[in-house]
Amino acid sequence: MALYEHIYLARQDVSAQQVEELTNALTEVLSQGGGKVTKNEYWGLKSLSYRIKKNRKAHYSLLNIDAPAAAVAEMERQMRINEDILRFMTVRVDELEEGPSAMMQKRDRDDDRGDRPGGRPGGFDRGPRRDGGDRPPRRF
Amino acid sequence: MAIRDLTTSQARRPFQRRRKTCPFSGPNAPKIDYKDVRLLQRYVSERGKIVPSRITAVSALKQRELARAIKRARFIGIMPYAVS
Repeated sequence: MALYEHIYLARQDVSAQQVEELTNALTEVLSQGGGKVTKNEYWGLKSLSYRIKKNRKAHYSLLNIDAPAAAVAEMERQMRINEDILRFMTVRVDELEEGPSAMMQKRDRDDDRGDRPGGRPGGFDRGPRRDGGDRPPRRF
Repeated sequence: MAIRDLTTSQARRPFQRRRKTCPFSGPNAPKIDYKDVRLLQRYVSERGKIVPSRITAVSALKQRELARAIKRARFIGIMPYAVS
């Protein structure tokens, strides 16, 4: 069976309870298709970077799935029908990660990044442009 | 060797530039993950565009991986496509 990471976004006016029920329903669909969910993470109500179907916030859930492709396809079909689900993404991975994902452990590594050079726009040196060297001198 | 040639050819520069290395290569390099917004945020501009690798010194292979991760993060709404 193949391994997948699956993230879905539920509408903001749905309760956390209902999201959990939704996750259970999806898990049920997968297990009927001969798969299983190895990890289930609820990220909570997060604000979106841009509006998706007129929503500014959404409930995020992450599922780590070990299931045949047919089961995942069936789950996705049902998700497309469900209007509470704004969006979902399934990514095939070579191995599922253990423990909490980067999103969950973000809090406790807030301040170990202060000394990093570069990365921020404006603050670093751009160096010579790569295509600048062979350009003929500008004529006016 | 190539690094030395580069510095001598640019010896007239008042400040010598240190050769930057790829932040995702070598031991204890961070893993590129589309869920890790904090990491990805460092490789996009204030407008939300992906910063070219000639500026961030990310290797070509890792830049492709990084771009893919940023695009995934955008799709699930944890990173912006454009900041106006």
